[in-house]
Amino acid sequence: MYPVTTAHYMLLSAILLTIGAVGVLTRRNILVVLMSIELILNAVNINLVAFSHYLQDVSGQVFVIFVITVAAAETAVALGILIALFRNKETVHADEVDILRW
Amino acid sequence: MLLDSVLFYLFAILIVGSSILMITRRNVVYAAVWLINALIGTAGLFLLQAAEFLAGVQVIVYIGGITVLYLFVIMLVPLREEMLQRRFASQGWIAVICSTLMLVLVSVFLFRGADSFHLGQAAPPPAELGQMTTNSEQVGQALFSRYLLPFEMASILLLVAIIGAIVMSKARGAPGSSISSMDN
Repeated sequence: MYPVTTAHYMLLSAILLTIGAVGVLTRRNILVVLMSIELILNAVNINLVAFSHYLQDVSGQVFVIFVITVAAAETAVALGILIALFRNKETVHADEVDILRW
Repeated sequence: MLLDSVLFYLFAILIVGSSILMITRRNVVYAAVWLINALIGTAGLFLLQAAEFLAGVQVIVYIGGITVLYLFVIMLVPLREEMLQRRFASQGWIAVICSTLMLVLVSVFLFRGADSFHLGQAAPPPAELGQMTTNSEQVGQALFSRYLLPFEMASILLLVAIIGAIVMSKARGAPGSSISSMDN
């Protein structure tokens, strides 16, 4: 059981991706949905680092840096949108935001 | 080798357990704390795979930056009312079934294909990396030579995101606010 291979890391990444997808699809609170997106991006990062370690190529780790950058940008914009939404509509629930105009 | 395996399973349990707790907590602050736990586990996995620089970046940027941003925004949410409301969407069980099917599918492909992809132990490091020893040095070398253009584009993306976030969250009555001229 104990030599940990790249397949182990890929399976862990798949489990994490599934948990993140469940969080995105089932929770009503937009904040938790955004946190679940972070989980999905982390699953991708685990895969990239595992392959980088397996192939002894540092490019995978560079791409993890780009993923983290995009995650930071996404979080900043999404939380800005959330603040504007809460100011206008007084809710943070995804299923109460059901109109396309004010 | 044995220590590596034990640590891998320890971090894996930490990550999966914290993630499941994160998506099921009613209180958003608890969810953020469990998210921090899962991110710490991921940083540990990075350390296990000799990516020390990324482990540091994970702790500083994700845990120190992004999660704190979440905690600030959580202050907006009226937690008392939140505790009385439904947590999950009404058709959430369909999503759970579909996601589990996806996991089963990926696992089947992984177990059937693990041998044909030769996903075994890590390859030995190539000989030409001998003069560059540390992980940070290798990452920096790749980032500023081969991936210089994506690096600059990432910095522009961050600048655009900062400006976008400021414009989005500007107060309604602020002078020159595009939000205030749109409604009313």
